[in-house]
Amino acid sequence: MSVNDTAIEVRNLTKRYDGLLAVDDICFAVRKGELFGFLGPNGAGKTTTVRILTGVITADNGTALVMGSRAGSLKAKQVAGVVPEMANAYNDLSGWNNVMLMAELYSIASGEAKERSEALLKALGLLERKDSLVKTYSKGMKQRLILGMALISDPQVLFLDEPTSGLDVQSARLIKSLIQGLNDRGKTVFLTTHDMDEANQLCDRVAIINKGRIVAIDAPERLRIATSGRHSVEVSFTDSVSTDNLARLPSVKEVQKIGDKYRLYTDVPGDLAVTLVNYSASAGLKIVSLNILAPSLEDAFITLTTKESGDV
Amino acid sequence: MSDLVIIRQQVQRAFAIARKDVRIYYAKGPIIIYGVLMPVFLFLAFTIGRSLPADLMIPGLVGMILFFTATSVSPIVLPWEAQARTLERLMACPVRLETIILGDVLASFIFGVGISVVPIVIGLNLGVTIVSPAIFVLAVVLAAFCFATLGNVFSIPPTNLPATVNMIAAAVRLPVVFISGVFIPLDELPVWGQKIAYVSPLTYFTDIARSLMQGQGHLPLVVDFLALIGFTIVFLIVAMKLHRRTMPRRI
Repeated sequence: MSVNDTAIEVRNLTKRYDGLLAVDDICFAVRKGELFGFLGPNGAGKTTTVRILTGVITADNGTALVMGSRAGSLKAKQVAGVVPEMANAYNDLSGWNNVMLMAELYSIASGEAKERSEALLKALGLLERKDSLVKTYSKGMKQRLILGMALISDPQVLFLDEPTSGLDVQSARLIKSLIQGLNDRGKTVFLTTHDMDEANQLCDRVAIINKGRIVAIDAPERLRIATSGRHSVEVSFTDSVSTDNLARLPSVKEVQKIGDKYRLYTDVPGDLAVTLVNYSASAGLKIVSLNILAPSLEDAFITLTTKESGDV
Repeated sequence: MSDLVIIRQQVQRAFAIARKDVRIYYAKGPIIIYGVLMPVFLFLAFTIGRSLPADLMIPGLVGMILFFTATSVSPIVLPWEAQARTLERLMACPVRLETIILGDVLASFIFGVGISVVPIVIGLNLGVTIVSPAIFVLAVVLAAFCFATLGNVFSIPPTNLPATVNMIAAAVRLPVVFISGVFIPLDELPVWGQKIAYVSPLTYFTDIARSLMQGQGHLPLVVDFLALIGFTIVFLIVAMKLHRRTMPRRI
């Protein structure tokens, strides 16, 4: 990746908190215009990495560049928009005043700031409530407003730390479609999430991070295909079935009960599907649904992070 | 981008932060209580029932109100923002730490100058004359800025509880008022009392006010002004250096 193509470059980044390694010698690069995901469980180091890149904290070792400038410098911050994980807008200001404040802090000219604010609030579905105090907004409205505050400066790079966390389905969908739209317009997006589906749907590439270390970086599809032994057959019956009985079927490696369905992991999903049909007939059961599933990103995550921690 | 352009931008952004602080914090309970009500009632407690001449009371009243009001906003902004989870967003903006501090100091400064007009007007209506209004205005402006920077120093401990910061501020403000010649002019204090008074920035403003209103200052005006400038520089340096260490621990 050449320097001109790179929006974010991280080399040997390390950060400790009271002796605990929150980020452990990580390296990655994000291309301009890419939608890059940082996927990992709580405490993996995602937010710490974002805070270093947005200049809120400094690393103990290593380098981080945003659009060629040192992360945390005024130049880097000027081209970045940020939605922190635990962020609120100013509750005692109106939605409009919140967005205009951000415009002032990025030195957007007053006339242009007003035009952009109006367009943004309209796109976010907040124009009608722009003069209401933010304390009267719902959670989804607040999150959309915070996204608007990040976009007012028309940033080249957007840092989104768990942007849909805690939102209802509708609000989450709206935020995701907005993010996709931004990326379609050429913005570089750095997204952290612990939601596998979100990473799978949105990201061009995903870095899986666990306990401060990057375990893998690749496109979601390639990560899924690269993992073996996580093919599965998902079946649901009209009556409940003992998971022990299902586990004893030939070529079944593992059984998980997920709601009213059973997911059986196997190396030979086609053979297992036939086995399940025969089993249901012999046990007097009726199959409601039967699907052969390719490894999900969640499966890839579990496989890769299990290998990394040595618990094979 | 040249350094001059960057400095101009940062100053403009400091004013934006100050405007935000004015909108959000001026009407907050702790500001009204600790900044306005407390000095008023403290003053009344010491003066009601005692027939003191206006030109003896008013310099102390102006000094005390200016001190309390100018130190009331700047301490609570950072803890309040950390608690409300708006601070990280602000720190990610293209503003230096010094800009954030300057913005908070400006908000406190404006509050102090604005409210202190009230006792000055009361004094003028009671017949107090100010010998040199221009020098007095300069003193008010300089003292308000000095006290506002002191207020910012109170917020250095990385607590996210405004109540804790108010406790620290009260623990400093009340003793300072009593040692600074507010209730007893410096000339009437014992020598050891005068020596203690010299460590308080409020002493120097009160001395200027007494000099210009009562015609009786303890120190030359130049010394008073230089002391206020010196305290301001020290408070600013301390605030910038120590906030740099404690800011990341707030989020």
